[in-house]
This record gives sequence, C-alpha cells and structure tokens, in this order.
Amino acid sequence: MEQANMDHAEGHDLHLTPEQEYGISKLGMWLFLGTEIMLFGGLFAAYAIFRAKYPEMFLESHQELNREMGAVNTCILIFSSLTMAIGVTAIQRGKQMLAGIMILVTIICGLGFGVVKYFEYGAKFAHHIYPDTNIFFSLYFMMTGLHMLHVFIGLAVLGVIMVLTFKGKFNEKYSTPVEMGGLYWHLVDLVWIYLFPLLYLVG
Amino acid sequence: MANHTVATNVYVPFLEQKGFLSWFLTTDHKRIGILYLISISLFFLIAGVLALLMRFELMTPMSDFVSPHTYNVLFTLHGSLMVFFFIVPGLAASFGNFLIPLMIGAPDVAFPKLNLASYWIYIVGAIITLIALLSPADTGWTFYTPYSATTDTDVVMITFGVFVLGFSSILTGMNFIVTIHKMRAPGMTWHRLPLFIWASYATAVLQLLATPVVGITLLMLIAERSLGVGFFDPAKGGDPVLFQNFFWFYSHPAVYIMIIPAMGVISEIIPVFARKPIFGYKAIAYSSLGIAFISFLVWAHHMFTSGISEVAATIFSFLTFLVAIPTAIKVFNWTATLYKGSIELHSAMLYALGFIFLFTIGGLTGVFLGALAVDIHLHDTYFVVAHMHYVMIGGTVMGFFGALHFWYPKWFGKMFNESVAKLAWFLVFVGFNITFFPQFFLGIQGMPRRYATYPEEFESLMALSTYGSWILGLGVLIMTVNLIKGLFSDEKAPQNPYGSLSLEWQVPSPPPTLNFDKIPIVTDWTYGYGKKKEVDA
Amino acid sequence: MSEHTHSQEKHITSYKTYFIVWVALMVLTFVTVYISYLDFGQLNIVIAMVVASIKAGAVALFFMHLKFEDSITWLFALFPIALLFLLIGMTILDTFTRIFPI
Ligand code: HEM
Ligand SMILES: [Cu+2]
Repeated sequence: MEQANMDHAEGHDLHLTPEQEYGISKLGMWLFLGTEIMLFGGLFAAYAIFRAKYPEMFLESHQELNREMGAVNTCILIFSSLTMAIGVTAIQRGKQMLAGIMILVTIICGLGFGVVKYFEYGAKFAHHIYPDTNIFFSLYFMMTGLHMLHVFIGLAVLGVIMVLTFKGKFNEKYSTPVEMGGLYWHLVDLVWIYLFPLLYLVG
Repeated sequence: MANHTVATNVYVPFLEQKGFLSWFLTTDHKRIGILYLISISLFFLIAGVLALLMRFELMTPMSDFVSPHTYNVLFTLHGSLMVFFFIVPGLAASFGNFLIPLMIGAPDVAFPKLNLASYWIYIVGAIITLIALLSPADTGWTFYTPYSATTDTDVVMITFGVFVLGFSSILTGMNFIVTIHKMRAPGMTWHRLPLFIWASYATAVLQLLATPVVGITLLMLIAERSLGVGFFDPAKGGDPVLFQNFFWFYSHPAVYIMIIPAMGVISEIIPVFARKPIFGYKAIAYSSLGIAFISFLVWAHHMFTSGISEVAATIFSFLTFLVAIPTAIKVFNWTATLYKGSIELHSAMLYALGFIFLFTIGGLTGVFLGALAVDIHLHDTYFVVAHMHYVMIGGTVMGFFGALHFWYPKWFGKMFNESVAKLAWFLVFVGFNITFFPQFFLGIQGMPRRYATYPEEFESLMALSTYGSWILGLGVLIMTVNLIKGLFSDEKAPQNPYGSLSLEWQVPSPPPTLNFDKIPIVTDWTYGYGKKKEVDA
Repeated sequence: MSEHTHSQEKHITSYKTYFIVWVALMVLTFVTVYISYLDFGQLNIVIAMVVASIKAGAVALFFMHLKFEDSITWLFALFPIALLFLLIGMTILDTFTRIFPI
C-alpha cells in the first residue's frame, strides 16, 4: 500500500495568525468589489448600447439633470473618501479618537449626499420625469438608485464601525474592519466617479 | 492554544453534537455541506417528479393529462429548480464545502460565518420562489423577454428568488477562492493540490464574476415589469435580444459552474479505482481554468436564431469550438489514466465511467450545435434538450452520484449496500439513455422543445422516451433509498476504505470537528498511486 | 498558509499623500465639469471617460492601497474590468452589425 503524503507527527497549530486573518479579509473584500463591478457593469453595458443607439435622446434628456447638484455631490463623495482614508491611516497608527471622528465625518458626508439626491429625485418627479419616461431616465434612476442603495448599506456598515472605533475596539494591531469598511466606501465613490460624467455631463 | 494538545487528541466526530441549533447556527463547513446536500437533493427530487409528469403528458400526441398552460408551468418550474436550486449550487456548495478544507489541510473555510449566511440566503431565495408558486411563471427557466415582460403570471417573484440565490452563489465562490489561496497547509503547493480543488477554484471564479450579471439582468426585468421601463421593449426603444445577451453572459459560464466541479470529482475517483497516478495532472488542472476563461467568450451561441448579427454569430461560433479543446484534454487524460490500470468497478467508479461516456456524447453534440449552420436547424428542438441533458445528467448528475457514493463513508462514517448501488447505477444509466437518446432523433426530425402536443409521427420515439424516464426514476429512487438506509445501518466505515492518498482520507470517518489535530505538513502530491512520485516537479 | 508564513509589513499611507490625491481629484472634477460646457462633439465623452478613469485609478491606487497589494489582488481587481469590456464590446458588436436592426 502506498504511503499517505503527509506528516502526522509534526504540524502547525489549527489557529490562524492575525496576519493570516488580515490577508484573508482583504482578499475577500477585493473579490467582493469585483462582484460589484460586474453588478454595476450590466447597467454600464446597457448605457453604452443605448447611448450609441440614441445619442440625441441621451443628449436632450441629460440636460434635464442638474449639473451643479451632481458636481456638489461629487465633491461631497470625494471628500468623504478622503476622510475615510484618513480614518484608516489614523487607526493604523493607533489614533482611535481621530479615526472615529473621521468616520463620523464620512458618515455625515454620505448623509449629505443622500439629501442632495433626495432633492434631485424630488425635482425630477415634480417635472413628471419618472423611470419610464424614456430609456435615459430608466438608466438614470436605476444606476443612481442602485448606487444610493450602496451608499445606505455603506452608511449602516460605517455606523457600526464608528461605534466600535469610539469604544476602542480597534488599534494599530487590529484595524481590519475599518480598512474593509473603507474599501467598500471607496468603491461607492469609484462608481460615482463614472456615473457623474456619464449621466450629468455628457449624457 | 498550547494546552489544547491533550483535548484535541480525543476524537469527536463532527456529527456528534445533536439538536436543532447545532445545525441552524453551525459554522462547520462539513455541516453546512450537509445542509446544502439535503436541500439540493430535495429540489432535485421535486424537480425530477415534475419531469416525470411532463414525460407522462408527452406519452401521447394530445395534451390529455395536463393543459398546455400547466405544461408550460411544469417545464418552467422543472428548469428553474433544476438549474438554480440544484445544479448551480450543486456539487460546489455540498461537496465543495465538505471537501475543500479537508483536501487542502485546513480546519475550515476562510469565512465560516459567511458560509452559513450563504446557506440561509439560499433558503430565503427558496422561500421567495415558493411564494411565487401562487401564480407560477410560464416563461421557461430562461425568462426571455418580451414574453416574460408581458405574461400575467408572476415573473417578478420567481426572478427575485433567483436574484437572491445569486448572492448565495457569489458568497460561496468568494469564500472558496480565499480559502484556496490562503488556507492551504504548509507544503500543499499549487501543483500538489487535488484536481477537485483546481476545479472548485475555476468554478468559484465563475460564480463570483458571472453571477452578478444575471443579478442585474433580472433586476432590469423586474424594473421592466414593475416600473414600466423599456430596456427590453422595442415599443419603448428597447431590445429584447439585449436580455438574451446579458442572460447568457451569465448562463453560459453557469453551465460550466455546473460541470467543472463534476469534472473535479471524476479526476478524484478515477485514479483511486484505477490505482494509477492521474495522467496529465497539469493539463487537467489548467484546463479547468482554461474552460472557465473560454466560457466567458461563447455566450451568443444560444442566440444564433434570435436575430443577432451574422458577424457576431460567426465569431461566437468560432469561439465555441475553442471550448472543445480543454474539455477534450480532460477526457483524453482520464482515459489515459484508465489505460492499463487495475480497475475496480466500485459504484462510484461506475458513475465516473458513465460520466466519461455520456459527457463525451453531450460535449460532442454541443460542438454540432456550436456550428452556426447546423444550429439554425437544430435550435429549440429536442436535439438541444438531449444535448443539455447529456451534459447535465450524463455529466453533472453522474458526477454528483459518483461523489455521493465515493465520499459517503467519509462524510457519514457509514456504508451503503454496494450491490444495490450497482443495480441503481445500471437502471440510471440505461434509463437515462432510453430517455434522452431518442430525443436526438426527434430533434433532427424537427420536433420543437417546450410543447405539450406533437404530430403523430413522433409518438413512438416520444413514448420510448417516457418509458425510459420511468426506468431512470426507478434507478434514482432505489439509489436514494439505498443511501438513506445506509445511514441507519450499523456498519461503520473504515477511515480509508479505498486506500486513497488524499488528505481527507487520512482523518477518521466521519472527520473530527476541526478536521485535523494539527495542520498537516504535506510532502508529496495526491496521486502517488503505484508509488510514482510527484509529477515532473 | 503557505503564501505568507512570514508577517508582511503593512504599508501605512501618510495623510500628506491622501491630501495630494484629494487635491488632484478635485482639480480633475473641476476640469471635467468645465470641459463638459465646451463642445468637442464625440470627443466629449472620450475626455470625460479618460478623466474619470484617472480619478478612479487614483482612488484605487492610493485610497484603496491597490499600489501595495499583491498580484492576486491586482488580478481580481482588473479581471472584472476586462470582462466588463468584453460584455460591452461584444454586445455592441452584435447590436450594430445586425442586418435587421431591432
Ligand atoms: C463542449 C462543450 C459544449 C458546447 C460546445 C456546447 C454548446 C451548446 C450550444 C451551441 C447550445 C445552444 C443550442 C441551441 O439552443 O440551439 C447549447 C445549449 C445548452 N447547453 Fe451546451 N455546450 C457544451 C457543454 C455544455 C455543458 C457542460 C452544459 C451543462 C452542464 C451545457 C448545457 C446546455 C444547456 C442547459 C443548453 C440549453 C439552454 C436552453 O436554451 O435552455 N452545455 N450548448
Ligand atoms: Cu452555452
């Protein structure tokens, strides 16, 4: 009979080291972001096709959108990405208070983004513009709606992380959840970086 | 954890703990594997009964047993349950969960809690789909627009159920990729990994990156029905074929989500029962990745007659032929492994041999269908039905049954009756061929799929197919009873009944909760049967 | 466990880097909004997408620390984008070469 190709007597302990756990979480998060790219991807693909098909409709319809509000929201979101990034570095350096405050600012920005979006949607409805008005607005509402959903999920996640940060659960040795929350939040920003010009600027 | 050394040496099988919560909240990959195994098997049996009902209706040319509408509902449910509830989670979620950590020498998957979550998401998806049965859809499992956007049956609910299932699939895929990257035992290099692991990895990539596309497609369909948007509605400037493009961007890779794990199973069973090292290890390993990659490039071969452009059709037809290469590489290497082996016809091995034979027929007929001109004639006929069943039953289900018989002793620590298992295999094999081989002829003669009635001249082949389905059903029934009976037998399984070299057989049957006392140190590859050392490493 | 038995140095990005990236992002946002008021015809969308991609790259590389990640992470960050191009490219190819446009 053949020999099993393993060594029973020697071997490692069953538990993962903190570094291993960190690497695992990070790779997992990046894979998840890949999934998100494909999820939004379907809508981006639809956008590309219909824009190529109906350039005039896209041009006309996009002028109904409020470029200033879009720009303001872009700035808000980019700023929130900055504060989030600072929060991550802060916690990696063990500055719990600073990290917590930075996450708080991030959350406030996220809420602000939601408020602006609320007024935008309201203005659209007031002009009797709905998802079924035409394909451009179908895409507009679906893309920004899905993005908004991600913002809300992000806010919930960051809320929990913020509380835990203020409670002192994270420090320079263990900051994985803050970093993962950060990655997710940056993805929300990334998607918006494309949505903004596609919908508001060039239609 | 130093003081654990004494405690961990006491062997506690993972099945020891009893009680509802010990299952409901378990994060043990082996238990989650069992939860999946039970769930997908149930759906397999239910959808199988639906199939028998359809075949019963098709015994005669008239629609005398069920109405045409009911028939449409039947094939929609049969297809949706089989595809989304049984075969896509299928081997990956059940055996993948059970085997991956054991095979790579890890105590569990990378994200045990997420693993549990993905199971419960699967159940939520199932419940939503059950609710959808109040007004069951009649669109076929493909939910093609424009019909799916206009039928009065409840398409929103069932597609939402499938959407939710997608998350489960994505999380499983993500979990397995990270597990395989980060949790391998020391010495378990990539080229020492069991081929089932390579297959699971390729599958996981597809689950991770193809599933979200069908997710958003179904969301768009839901928006179409509930918000009145017109992505797929020509009247509103939309394009129904766009739905098909998006749908098959997922669903062609999905057929490889279905088959690649089964290929992995075959690669494990054959060397053990041929008592030879697997032939062409690297070729089989990398062909899994190759298939996964190419499967993204061929989706429109399902749409040759849907009005896509000739240019696109020609390109996709050409690319489709490429899939045959890595697929054939696998088949040749399995056959080469069998060559001059001392073959033992264990029931698992019978299923593996059945796989090679039937999957080859299925794959080759796929190449026929991939040929643009031929497909114009054969599309949407019983030829396609026969093709997909040769790959999905002849391939995946054979692999699934083979895996059940192969790892049964390890998983449950019990033995089933081997003679009955062989009898069941015989019935399944014969019944399957009688059911589906005639359908190739029906298709060539022009019998379209998805109709409850048909011209008289097809009656004899149709009836033959129905008789075959009874034999197949009987075989599955006997197999199921045999396996369930085995669970209650007193016969305890030995640790390694087949003398396998893979890591999962080096721990007791059933495995202890944390799989290993210590993370093993791996010193050689998995296929050193007949004392042959590692492949040209 | 085979891949990183030794603990990796975690890279910590400085606040200063973040600020520089942020300023760059703001400038690019201004640029892209400004350009959108000018008419370059078909070029408008090209410019907008190039600018957006530079911004996205900056966010990924610095805010998300992709610059310091291993090749597997890079692979799983880039592969979906390639797939997305495949989806868009082939679907467009089909849609616009049809004899009977739908
Ligand atoms: C060599 C490999 C394969 C090739 C070249 C191939 C090719 C094709 C083609 C061209 C079609 C479209 C036929 C038509 O609708 O006119 C088709 C249909 C189908 N194939 Fe395959 N196939 C292969 C393997 C598989 C595998 C491994 C599976 C699943 C495990 C599978 C499952 C299906 C299904 C389910 C359909 C029908 C889908 C529907 O319209 O409902 N195929 N195949
Ligand atoms: Cu296909």
